[in-house]
Amino acid sequence: MGYHWNWSVFLQPTAAGDGSYLGWLLTGLQWTVSLSLAAWLIALASGTLVGVLRTVPNRWLAGLATAWVELFRNIPLLVQLFIWYFVLPELLPQRLGDAYKQSDPLVQQFLAAMVCLGLFTSARVAEQVRAGIGSLPPGQKNAGLALGLTLPQTYRHVMLPMAFRLILPPLTSEFLNIFKNSAVATTIGLIELSRQAQQLVDYTAQPYEAFIAVTLLYVLINLTVMILMRRLEHRVRVPGFVGGGQ
Amino acid sequence: MYEFDWSSIPGALPLLGKGLLVTLEVTLTAIVVGIVWGTLLAVARLGANPLLAGLAAGYVNLFRSVPLVMVILWFYLIVPQLLKAVFGEGIADIRLTSALVAFALFEAAYYSEIIRAGIQSVPRGQVAAGLALGFTPAQTMRLIVLPQAFRNMVPLLLTQAIILFQDTSLVYVIGLSDFFGTAYKVGDRDGRLVELLLFAGAVYFAICFAASQVVRRLQSRGVQ
Repeated sequence: MGYHWNWSVFLQPTAAGDGSYLGWLLTGLQWTVSLSLAAWLIALASGTLVGVLRTVPNRWLAGLATAWVELFRNIPLLVQLFIWYFVLPELLPQRLGDAYKQSDPLVQQFLAAMVCLGLFTSARVAEQVRAGIGSLPPGQKNAGLALGLTLPQTYRHVMLPMAFRLILPPLTSEFLNIFKNSAVATTIGLIELSRQAQQLVDYTAQPYEAFIAVTLLYVLINLTVMILMRRLEHRVRVPGFVGGGQ
Repeated sequence: MYEFDWSSIPGALPLLGKGLLVTLEVTLTAIVVGIVWGTLLAVARLGANPLLAGLAAGYVNLFRSVPLVMVILWFYLIVPQLLKAVFGEGIADIRLTSALVAFALFEAAYYSEIIRAGIQSVPRGQVAAGLALGFTPAQTMRLIVLPQAFRNMVPLLLTQAIILFQDTSLVYVIGLSDFFGTAYKVGDRDGRLVELLLFAGAVYFAICFAASQVVRRLQSRGVQ
């Protein structure tokens, strides 16, 4: 096809004069990782809460939790992101909205993407937590209550620790998904990996090198997370359960 | 307080309808090609040929570790070169073609994992029985294993189709006017982005929620 390969392009100084193109890639990697980790904390915290609420013996709370899951699961991630980024600031009280819109664009993009990804993933985490709690033998809850623990204490000390150990493998794949899903933040201009790939294409006219490098970085993130999580899974396996140790 | 003005939506409905057709076209193509190609990948992965199994595994793992946004951009970059090589110059708009190719090949990786699990859920005795009756391995797979596997997989395949339907909104990154892209453009044009985005969200929610309820009913009927 007559394409002129030039891998040394990454070492060239950028047209904007801020270091090399390799530096751009690393900045992108930093934003992708920090966005994903921050969103994961939100997803894990709110997802656990919602997942627990779906199993409690209170119709209103369980219904509310179901509505939460359905809402975040049935609207595309991109639409949710645009609603957080473009719509919500307009609906805030005037002073708060103005203050937000006058803040650093990078802060706005990061906040919107973080909250969006976090809550989007929370619905999926909630489903796993609910499934984990549902798979526990009913004797566990009864034993906790019989010992004189209150229901919240039973959840905290008996059911959740067990449930989390059982649902670690599906949680791992949600954790991997959050890194991949973070790429949608490119649409609101956050300079994460995918955005840097497109910028590199615009500035260097070496599209293949840029895309191959970024694709490899995503594969690298994936492998790292998988290896770390496999170690964790190995450590916390529950003996006697399917997939557990002896 | 923000004052809503929904008046630009009724006039834009024909445009939005056209966008929805593009969304459905991408979704359906990806489902059909994805399931066919995904089945071949799954069969190759479980087959006796180590080279084919390795290639299929590499394909699936690569596509599953890269964000869909990157895959769409990749094919937007590559497809024009291929089309030029095959048909010569003169292809006006390659956005739809590249989106169709990207989604079909990407979804195949996800479908193949579902199908592989489905094949593995068929009891081993079925294969042995097929072979004992004198079927070749290929016939056993086609006539005995796959039909049973697909019946078990229907709810999962449909759930994946709903996710796919939502994911097609990502063609926004190459500027294709699907349902979401059209809603965004209309909102931008009329200065009514807030209303159009909320409207788009509501439409997606209504379609996906209804579809997921249907899948749930199918599922509970399957279990009995």
